[in-house]
Amino acid sequence: MKKIFGKPESLSDKQFTYCPGCGHSLIHRLTAEVIDELGIMPRCIGVASVGCSVFADEYFNFDFIQAAHGRAPAVATGIKRVAPECVVFTHQGDGDLASIGTAEIIHSANRGEKITVIFVNNAIYGMTGGQMAPTTLVGMKTTTSPLGRRPETAGYPIRVCELLKGFDGVAYLERTAVNNPANVMKTKRALKRAFETQLEGLGFSLVEILSQCPTGWGMLPKDAVEWVDKNMKPYFALGVFKDIRAEEPQHVT
Amino acid sequence: MAQERSLMKGNEAIGEAAIRAGCRFYAGYPITPQNELTEYMSRRMPEVGGTFIQSESELAAINMVYGAAAAGARAMTSSSGPGISLKQEGISYLCGAELPCFYANIVRGGPGLGNIAPAQSDYFQATRGGGHGDYRVIVLGPSTVQELVDLTMLGFELADRYRNPAMILGDGILGQMMEPVVMSDAIEYDASPKKEWALGSSEGRSKHLITSVRLAPGTLEKHNMHLLEKYRKVEEDEVRYELYEVDDADVVLVAYGTAARVAKAAVAMSRQNGGIKLGLVRPITLWPFPKTVISDIAKDKPDILVVEMSLGQMYEDVLLSVCGKAKVSLLAHTGGGLPSEAEIVETAKRAKSSNEAIEVYPSVD
Repeated sequence: MKKIFGKPESLSDKQFTYCPGCGHSLIHRLTAEVIDELGIMPRCIGVASVGCSVFADEYFNFDFIQAAHGRAPAVATGIKRVAPECVVFTHQGDGDLASIGTAEIIHSANRGEKITVIFVNNAIYGMTGGQMAPTTLVGMKTTTSPLGRRPETAGYPIRVCELLKGFDGVAYLERTAVNNPANVMKTKRALKRAFETQLEGLGFSLVEILSQCPTGWGMLPKDAVEWVDKNMKPYFALGVFKDIRAEEPQHVT
Repeated sequence: MAQERSLMKGNEAIGEAAIRAGCRFYAGYPITPQNELTEYMSRRMPEVGGTFIQSESELAAINMVYGAAAAGARAMTSSSGPGISLKQEGISYLCGAELPCFYANIVRGGPGLGNIAPAQSDYFQATRGGGHGDYRVIVLGPSTVQELVDLTMLGFELADRYRNPAMILGDGILGQMMEPVVMSDAIEYDASPKKEWALGSSEGRSKHLITSVRLAPGTLEKHNMHLLEKYRKVEEDEVRYELYEVDDADVVLVAYGTAARVAKAAVAMSRQNGGIKLGLVRPITLWPFPKTVISDIAKDKPDILVVEMSLGQMYEDVLLSVCGKAKVSLLAHTGGGLPSEAEIVETAKRAKSSNEAIEVYPSVD
């Protein structure tokens, strides 16, 4: 009998502890599938960050390190410079990457560090109980913006891909989502492209993935996936922002 | 190259010693008075096939060191007080994850931005851990450029031996001054057989995980008790100090680093002039602190005078060591001020003739 579906070799037997309907576990699985397909598992090193994915290190079958809040790109820099033969990636949320870790992400991108960043944008701080994130949408209610995010006092959601696009050290930059099967497949392709960019030594690669957080958003998983389409996509355009291997950026908005 | 004597600036001597100790990763951010070290590493690291990164901040620097150390390299950073404050986050993680690294704090006057004059006011920060959580770092207190070299090489060894950060607590004078030094030969450092826990290729072995998060009930308590056991071993085996003219001394000085240089000169001056007989205990390891030797001396010597360029920080460790067995006085300077030999001799005389311990601070009138 031919086996057509199974657990990726790169994933450990540890059961995911994420909430029902959360995008993190899906993204971990896609990451593991890509690593398997590229045949790079034994030389992969993952960097877990702070937030819901703090235990990402437990879900994979290769070396992992847990980093301080926001510092994963600096930690990845140190590892990659010492072990350039390894494939080094970070898995970071929006609070980690776009708030406390803005300096680290900007400068590792600008240095063109040959690392891959998997950036999960669910517009909220999940682990700490649903506070306003740097990517929280205008008007969106959170536990620290109970009346909705007001730009007058809290500013606007940060568009990370648009921010990093201008840095010459960036080799690959794409924003995807995981709210329907087509987007899941596009995310997998983006992750593969990002890892290939690192394998070819071309520079910094990042995939921003719009992800649903039913618990933090206070809605059912089926409503959360629709909410991504209705509210997040209009503000966070999907598409390839930079791919130095391609001649023209291919926007798919 | 061995045994060749050369004139070197303190900051550069640390850099060369680190290279010879096998350090192949340096990340740092400019701050006075330690810039010559960062600059030296930017020149030397490429020559030996190592990595130099001028980081975007001290936070990034220490976290790059965290990553490099995790991947098995001998890694270091350096800074001065304000930058070391920022690095405390990463140092706490390094201790929690049991990663070795070496760093130097070329102390300037504080608090805040303070000034760029030499000071010892980061003693508490260094010897009490410095960041959040229950931990210690190994703190070495050099007082000459030669000792900057020797203790840098020792620092890397101790860091690896105990899988814990080790540091040099210097100051602006030590970093900036030039003195003759003899460099040791470069060691042949090969991490791979020693650091079996390091990150890398997981081919043919189980995965390695480096973390400081332990959420399951009881696991952090167990881990911290393991750290305590390690720290007790450091306290047993790694205390280092120098005794100078202590045997027949009427007043025993306790001083480290630059303050100890002045104290040593005061001992010699007073003896030469036929004045009060002084001796000196110079702690070389500030953590672990040489408390046993100070406690033993206090049994025979009624008068101890602590001389430091901070407002009674090491004083507390001496008081704890002596535990009421002798009269412990203090001569303190702060904010870049230095004690003079004459002032030390004069204070020692006053301390000896006083029934109570005295505390002498700079006059600011």
